[in-house]
Amino acid sequence: MKTKYMNPYLAGLMLGLVLLMAFFFSGRGLGASGAFKNLLVASEHIVAAEHVETNGYFGKYVADGKNPLNSWLSFEILGVLVGGFISGALSGRLKIKVEHFPKITANKRLTMALIGGVLFGFGSQLGRGCTSGSALTGMAVLSLGGFITMAAIFGTAFGLAYTFRKNWI
Amino acid sequence: MGPLVPQEIIGQDWNMLIAFIIGIGFGFALEQAGFSSSRKLAGLFYGYDTVVLKVFFTAAVTAMLGLLYFSLFGWIDLNLVYVNPTFIWSAIGGGVIMGAGFIIGGFCPGTSVCAAAIGKIDAMIFLAGVVIGIFVFGEGYPLWKEFYNSGNLGNPKISEILGVSGGVMALLVIIAAGIMFWIGEWAEKKFTREEY
Repeated sequence: MKTKYMNPYLAGLMLGLVLLMAFFFSGRGLGASGAFKNLLVASEHIVAAEHVETNGYFGKYVADGKNPLNSWLSFEILGVLVGGFISGALSGRLKIKVEHFPKITANKRLTMALIGGVLFGFGSQLGRGCTSGSALTGMAVLSLGGFITMAAIFGTAFGLAYTFRKNWI
Repeated sequence: MGPLVPQEIIGQDWNMLIAFIIGIGFGFALEQAGFSSSRKLAGLFYGYDTVVLKVFFTAAVTAMLGLLYFSLFGWIDLNLVYVNPTFIWSAIGGGVIMGAGFIIGGFCPGTSVCAAAIGKIDAMIFLAGVVIGIFVFGEGYPLWKEFYNSGNLGNPKISEILGVSGGVMALLVIIAAGIMFWIGEWAEKKFTREEY
């Protein structure tokens, strides 16, 4: 059975309008990796407060008693969870599973997902935002950095596609 | 008029609720597009499914044109809209590492949240990886601090660099998007793959 998704151009239009509303209401674009940075910093702060406060990168998020979870991105990403769930429920796609190419094992897929996640997490900090915050939002406001990051992400993924083809095709 | 919160037309207290509602729209659109499946996301790099390209560029063009028209009608003050800063070396370096993460992991952070929301275990593991990656970056910060802050160009717009107006730039992006959509449609017919 072929899974039914929304027409991609229509979905893109919807996503673009959501992004436009973020600009119109809050004066900023969408994001994702920043919310996980907030979550990490807040959790780490509970177990090692002083260590986080003196960290050159994380320290600014807890300076002056700030709570990093009380941020725009944290609430936005909670919404993403809810919105994704609603969409999956309406389209009959709620299912606990490991999605993987049949010629690789589920464990192989999970290992690759973990490695890919670590790289993406690290890269998103170095690049000051991920596909949502830096590439998509950056392009919409015509930020030079947004275009560069977008080209680097997609260019590298295309360049490495042959190397990692056995995971996907 | 806009942006409403920075100009205090809507109170700061409402900003978190607005963020949550916008997030719902974001998550809904991503999931409806099929971004909750790593098979569809990775498809772009093998040509069998170019939904990423189509959704990403349609969204970027829609928001870009929306901002231009809103600004033209005086509905939004673009000076108050955040423009991402450009640190040229870390933008490239970060993008390259993220690109590797994309083809290896099959998600990006936002799409993995959607996929985790509908029960994909691979997405939950990817997200755990994202947190670990951010942890490594923060804890080892002194090692890459210099690289991270190198090549600071401020907050330039690509239109300023190319010396064209925002409108001309938008037209160029639309033409580029149109060409890529055409290539995408062609690739999907040529590299068709079975679903799994």
